[in-house]
Order: sequence, then C-alpha cells, then structure tokens
Amino acid sequence: MDFNFTEEQTMLRDMVRKFVDNEVKPVAQRIDKEHNVDLIKAILKKAAPLGLLGIPFPEKYGGAGMGELGYCVLLEELSHGCASTSVTIGAHIGLAGMSIFLGGNEAQKEKYLKPLALGEKIGAYALTEPGAGSDAANLQLTAKEDGDHFVLNGTKLWITNGDIADIVVVYGLTNPKLKARGGITAFVVETTTPGFSANRIEDKMGLRGSATAELVFQDLRVPKENVLGQVGMGFKIAMETLDESRLSLAAATLGAAKELIAMSVDFAKKRVAFNQPIAHFQAIQFMIADMAAEVFQMESIVYRTAWMYDQGNKIPREGAICKLFCTEALDRIVDKAVQIHGGNGFMGEHPVERFYRDSRVNRIFEGTSEVQRMVIAEDVLKKGSY
Amino acid sequence: MKIAVCIKQVPATESKIKPAADGLDIDRTGLSYVVNPYDEFGVEEALKIKEQMNAGTVTVLTIGPEKAAEALRTCLAVGADEAIHIKDEALTGGDALCTARVLAAALKKADYDLIFFGRQAIDDDSGAVGIHVAELMGLPHVAGINKFELNADGLKAVAHRQIEGAAEVVEATLPAIFTCQKELNEPRYASLPGIMKAKQKPMTVWNLADLGLRAEDVGAEAAKVKLGKISSPPIREAGKIIEGKLPQAVSELVRLLHEEAKAF
Repeated sequence: MDFNFTEEQTMLRDMVRKFVDNEVKPVAQRIDKEHNVDLIKAILKKAAPLGLLGIPFPEKYGGAGMGELGYCVLLEELSHGCASTSVTIGAHIGLAGMSIFLGGNEAQKEKYLKPLALGEKIGAYALTEPGAGSDAANLQLTAKEDGDHFVLNGTKLWITNGDIADIVVVYGLTNPKLKARGGITAFVVETTTPGFSANRIEDKMGLRGSATAELVFQDLRVPKENVLGQVGMGFKIAMETLDESRLSLAAATLGAAKELIAMSVDFAKKRVAFNQPIAHFQAIQFMIADMAAEVFQMESIVYRTAWMYDQGNKIPREGAICKLFCTEALDRIVDKAVQIHGGNGFMGEHPVERFYRDSRVNRIFEGTSEVQRMVIAEDVLKKGSY
Repeated sequence: MKIAVCIKQVPATESKIKPAADGLDIDRTGLSYVVNPYDEFGVEEALKIKEQMNAGTVTVLTIGPEKAAEALRTCLAVGADEAIHIKDEALTGGDALCTARVLAAALKKADYDLIFFGRQAIDDDSGAVGIHVAELMGLPHVAGINKFELNADGLKAVAHRQIEGAAEVVEATLPAIFTCQKELNEPRYASLPGIMKAKQKPMTVWNLADLGLRAEDVGAEAAKVKLGKISSPPIREAGKIIEGKLPQAVSELVRLLHEEAKAF
C-alpha cells in the first residue's frame, strides 16, 4: 500500500492551491453576494490555459491525463475558496465532460469533449426535471425520431451552468414504455440550436454565484450523430457519470471541511473570552477534535475511492458511500464552525456564513442522502455482506 | 541566449519555524517546501526573455539534498528547459561564499549570457550568494532589480532598482548577473502539461568531483561564517498600562521612561 501522492499530483496540488489563493479566494465573497457568475467565468478563463479544465481526460481529448485522483485534488482545493466556482467546474468537467467521455464515440469526443477540456466551451448536464429528481427514471422530456434527427420537447430544472453553457448533455425519453431499461437516451445539444431556452434561477440558499437554470426544449432538433452511445443507453451513461461525480463532490466537501477547520482554529486562537483565547476551552477543543476526526475519514475514503476508480474499477457503492458520508460530515463540521465563530459566524461578512449556506445542498443534489442509502443498501443486500 | 537561474528550496512561507533540539538547525519535521519566492521572479524573467526572443534555453541550478530536486522539477513544470542539481554530503556546513564557489564552478561549465538569482533566500536571508558568484566569475552584477530590459542587440541589459527615495537605472554588458526583487514580474503558474512533462526534461546531477572542487575549499572547514546557534526570539513581555488621571499618568510615564526605560 502506498498512500503518497506522486510528485506530479503534489505539484498539481501546490499549483491549484496557489491558483485558489490568488484567483479564487479574493473574489469568493463577491461571487456569492453579487450572484456574480461573470467572476466565475473569468476564473475559468484563467484556469483553462493551465489545463485545469481537462484534468481527468486523456491528452488526445485536450486533457491532462491525471485521472480521477487529479480531478479530486482540483475540486478539493477549489472548495477551500469558493463552492460556487467548484460546482460550476464540477458540472462542466465531472457531469457534462464525463458523460461525453464515458458515453461518446471518437468523433463526439473530438467535437465536444475537447473544447470542454480546453475551456473553449462551457458544458452542462441536464437530467433533473420538475417531476424527476430522486426518481430520475421518471423523466418526461420526449425525444421523437424524425428522419435523421430527434425532436426534443420538455423541461429540465435546476441545471447547473444551464444558461451559460454552450453544450448541454440532455437525457430524454425515446421509449416511454422502457424508461430506465432502454427507453432513455443521452443527447449532446448545442445551446445555439433553435428551440432551446434557459431561465436563470436566482433565489437560492447557497451556491449563489453558480448559474442554475430551467431549460426549455421546444421542438428542438438534434442530429442523430449527437446521440451518446446508442439509443436507449442514456440511463446507464447518466448513472455511471453520477458514480464518478458523486466521488468528486465528496472531494469538494473535503476541501470545504479543511478550510472550515483552518478558519475555526484561527478564530479560536484569536477570540478572547473570560480572559483567554477560546481555543483554551475544552468545549471548543472537542468540537475541533470531532471536525478533525471527520476530515480524516473523508480524506481517507475519497482518495482510496479515487484510486480504485483510476485502477479501472466501477464504484457505484463506494461513490455513494463517499457522497453520503462526506456531505453529511461537512454539514456537521460547518455547524460546529459557525458555533465556534458565534455571532460572527452568523454574519454575512464572514466566509463561514457562506460555507454554511453552500454546504446544505450537497445532501440534496447529485442524489440525495436517501438515494445514496438506497444505492448502498441495494448493493449490500444483493451481495449478502459488505 | 543561454539563461541560468539559480534557485533554492526553502520552507514554505506559511511554515511555523522553531529551532531544532540541538540549536544548530530548524526543526524540519512536517515542513513543506517551495521554490524561494524571489527565485521565482528570476525564473519568470528568464522565461519571458526566452519567449520574447523566441530562442534560447533556460537552465535552473540548485545546491541541496535529494529533496531539492522537487524544486528543480517545479521550475521545469513552469517552463524551464533543463536542470542541474548539485549535491554532495561534503557541502554541509558551508557558508554563502562556499555556496557561491560551487555555483560559480557549475556556471562556468557553460557560457551563460544571463544569470538570475533571487535577491535573497527567505530562509537564511543572507542575500549574498548572487553577488559573491558575480565577484568570483568576474561578471558585472545588478542587485535587487524590479525591472529588466534586454537591448535589441542582446549584448546589454538595462535594469531598474529601488534605492532610498529614488529609482536607479543601471546598464550592464552581458554576460551579467542580476538578483531579483519583488515587482519584477508576476510568476506564472505551472501548467498541467508542464507538470506531466517535467520528469522527461533533462536533469543533470553533479557532485564536487564533477565540478573539480575539493571539500576543504567549499565545505564546513572552508566556511568563514559559522552558525553559532538558532534560537527563538524572546517572548515579548506584556506592556505596562499606567492608570489614573491624565496629568498624574503623564508624570508617571515620564518618570518611568527616564528611570526604568532610560529613554533620556
């Protein structure tokens, strides 16, 4: 067993850390307060020439070939600074890019994955609908065959990057009877196609800088060559993409958790009450100890699972475990961080308040905690033991 | 144009430094290391010149233990073309002049037109090595530059340095040595392709014998400056607050300044 990062992975971490310190942290509060997606786009513009937007993909598709582990390092470090930026990049690489990488043919990867990896275009992933969240297979957007095209009609909801994307991977129903068993198909849709419209949804508890949108498809014609994989393979692609993205979301929560410990320790050493820094009090120390114990667990499962994935293993159960444990642990950690900060932690001028709001959605999107438990239980019950 | 940049691996800027038990080094457990930030300005300037001229090579050199190779590879990842790592047990305990002798010997092996150093390393803050090297090699040097321009003919360079209350503009005939100050440029990030390619770039390893040097000339016994002891600065005592009414408090302050602090 070797738990060390390679020298390249360490260099990547150092580089991203520097990038986040210089380019992300200084604007993170503004991104949140102003709901400023332009600042995030500016960060993407700077990240692209460094190769950060193609980390997990092979070089021939414009990537860096640093695997899932490299991608986890990116999201972990980004989340020290700004969850809105991390989620924007996550949807771009881990959802849109990954769907094309896992499901697409060579021509599609060349045409659509490469510009995403190089940061020339922005990607989004559209699965969720008003009536299909946890019950993703219940989606209603229809895709009807018409000559050498499919015609899409329907609505997608809460789509990250929805209104800033150039390319959206859309999951639609090609056979209502089969549904998840071969009735769902993945399409690559260029957002300049007539019949596409996107409406920004601004009023969110957290992730206020990221662009969340409702997408409406009205008689939108997609050429058949834009079907990812085969017709009817969409649900499989959607789920395999989520296996991976759940892990990378767990990596993001790890970065936020580490940052919260750093902020809490810093505050506890400086804040004086009853004539001494509050870090001297056991009540504070125990909270910090619990935070550290959880971070160690998060870090351990995230990077072990990333390693498994890079070895070519499928990780439906492990990805779900990482997502479940890490997102719930982050909520416990961020709650303690606010408690340690007291009134300061409740005020909008302190980043810990933003982290608190940004954290909550992690237990909901990319599969709720309850869905993760379903996935894990199904796997364990099927195998009869862990 | 052949450009060399001499760099040093130092503890990361945010490190919490404490003396080692023997008082002859710092406690290095758990420290992470970086390329000395002033040296990064040198690397960036070298890369800019190479890009500007669309020709040339950038070589980074360091003296240090095995671990120092990481700092060289970081520079390769940023864009340097090749690296030279000088390591030899016999160098332990040398001073800035010893370091300069070794670097001068290494730099003499190739005809560099331009040699950059950081103005100082942030660990020992001596700021001497670059200038010593210039002296040993008989080259002109400009220390602490914050602006650099190469003449069109590539034979001379103009460098700016901040001095007390003014900016000094200095012209130097190449080859020459420049030590870099903040504001010279903004060092770029390593790119991912750069990181992935760093290991494939040439890294030469030299010991003292390769440089034709003897331990007694560059090691501990040659050192004119010897480290006595490293200790933490004394903990500052809490200030004294004089209470009471203002006129009396001022008189008391004057008395204390005179009698206790001996300020006048």
